[in-house]
Amino acid sequence: MFPRETSALRDYLDPGLTGRTLSDARHSASLTDIAGQTCLKGRLAELSGRSVLVATSNQFFAALVMLEVDGIAQRMLLCPPDLKADHLQAIIEDAEIDAVVTDQPDRFAAAGLALVVIASGDLAAAPRTQTERATEWLMLTSGTLGMPKIVGHTLEGLTGAIAADAPAKGNRPIWATFYDIRRYGGLQIFLRAVIGGGSLVLSEPGEPLADHVARLNKMGITHISGTPSHWRKLLMSGAASAFSPKYVRLSGEIADQAVLDGLHQAFPSASIGHAYASTEAGVGFAVNDGLEGFPASIVGTRDGVEMKVVDGCLHIRSRRAAHAYVGHRASALTDDEGFVDTGDMVELRGDRYHFVGRRGGIINIGGLKVHPEEIEAVINRHAEVRMSRVKARKSPITGAIVVADVVLTEATDASRGDEIKSRIIADCKASLAPHKVPAMIKFVDKLDITAAGKLARSDA
Amino acid sequence: MSVRLKIISAIEQIAAEQKVTLPPLEDNLSLHETGFDSLAFAILVARLEDDLGIDPFTISEDASFPLTIGDFIRAYENVPA
Repeated sequence: MFPRETSALRDYLDPGLTGRTLSDARHSASLTDIAGQTCLKGRLAELSGRSVLVATSNQFFAALVMLEVDGIAQRMLLCPPDLKADHLQAIIEDAEIDAVVTDQPDRFAAAGLALVVIASGDLAAAPRTQTERATEWLMLTSGTLGMPKIVGHTLEGLTGAIAADAPAKGNRPIWATFYDIRRYGGLQIFLRAVIGGGSLVLSEPGEPLADHVARLNKMGITHISGTPSHWRKLLMSGAASAFSPKYVRLSGEIADQAVLDGLHQAFPSASIGHAYASTEAGVGFAVNDGLEGFPASIVGTRDGVEMKVVDGCLHIRSRRAAHAYVGHRASALTDDEGFVDTGDMVELRGDRYHFVGRRGGIINIGGLKVHPEEIEAVINRHAEVRMSRVKARKSPITGAIVVADVVLTEATDASRGDEIKSRIIADCKASLAPHKVPAMIKFVDKLDITAAGKLARSDA
Repeated sequence: MSVRLKIISAIEQIAAEQKVTLPPLEDNLSLHETGFDSLAFAILVARLEDDLGIDPFTISEDASFPLTIGDFIRAYENVPA
């Protein structure tokens, strides 16, 4: 199904596939007609060969711009919604940006860019454009501290996993994602919708979950993706009972057995898969057997993705991986052999690897190392628990101790708190080394989720 | 409940959780003889900080750790809350 030679996104917009839409809460466009339309008032040619920053106020405009600009610009940098203003100028310089496409031109008045092109949701008829080149796609990592890194991809690499398991024609998914499509996880879904002949319903920041779910239902979504934190939030809200997707996908964080089981219970007829991907390493693999972790047998080479475990850490070499970090002070993205060090730690238990946490997230308890995620996985398997966050608390005696914030399920009677605490502690004692047992458990109403959809750990 | 009683009660609760059998908690009992390891003391100090609002071992300049139950309790009693 892939057109030969250099192809851009527009080349996947088959006008014969009718009824495809792209929408958010306020806008809607026809993906069937979009190849013959412009969101740039016909100014696309001015962007030919340029390094373009895509900085729109919403995902809908960003999607229109990506569809129009890919294959024309030299580079296209997707600006996520939460980019700090003081990082913007450095990123413009590092990526050698010389044009911006935006609906907020005032934001760039002082940026010294040669060209500012206005994007809007008012689509006008335009001649179908010929693809000129393979545009380099630049994305930002979601690094919570310091400057995000600029990661360079090609469309071919970004869509490698999609080509491998493209749905048959006639089976046209209506996708939704809790992610923002200007980040890797969300972009994958946007690309899946475009390339797989489907539709896409975008998320809307600040929209109450119940309204979001009502909108997803109204649009008849069949396929939906998000982080485990997104999914736990949905399960907690009670809004899950209102809809029934066919395919539920998790990525971006460790999918523990509790969240997989919770989703299976909420959506008994859906297939539920968790995917491993990162902005740097690309899509590694998807696991569809309903179990946490992944079979040890997939370490090695499969579907063009090579994986190895070095000192407990997953390394990936793949054509789906990014080709470089971009910028003046950019470090190497791979080792000499082309492997990306993912920083994700795994542990072999029986014939399955389990993710235990991030190498950078290890907390040190009197010299003993702890991954917060492995403790959360034990806490989360209690039926009364919806989600939890484990963090270090300073101690004058051991340097730090492990404490846990726990969100109970909506159905749990809060007066059972002491009993539930005792059972969680007893279970942790039975399953974990003594220094990993939370010293204290606090019940909280909610846990913060970052703009990238992950459990916020920055204050840990 | 007095500071002393709160401390004794917290020690007893942690002992139960950690399956430690405590000897009678007399003032001259050395902390070593309680059977608590450093993790158990770390938990105790953190819980007392939440309960009493103070951690005398972090705020004190000369943070010498007490040797007996009596020293331990006095460390809390001597800090203005």
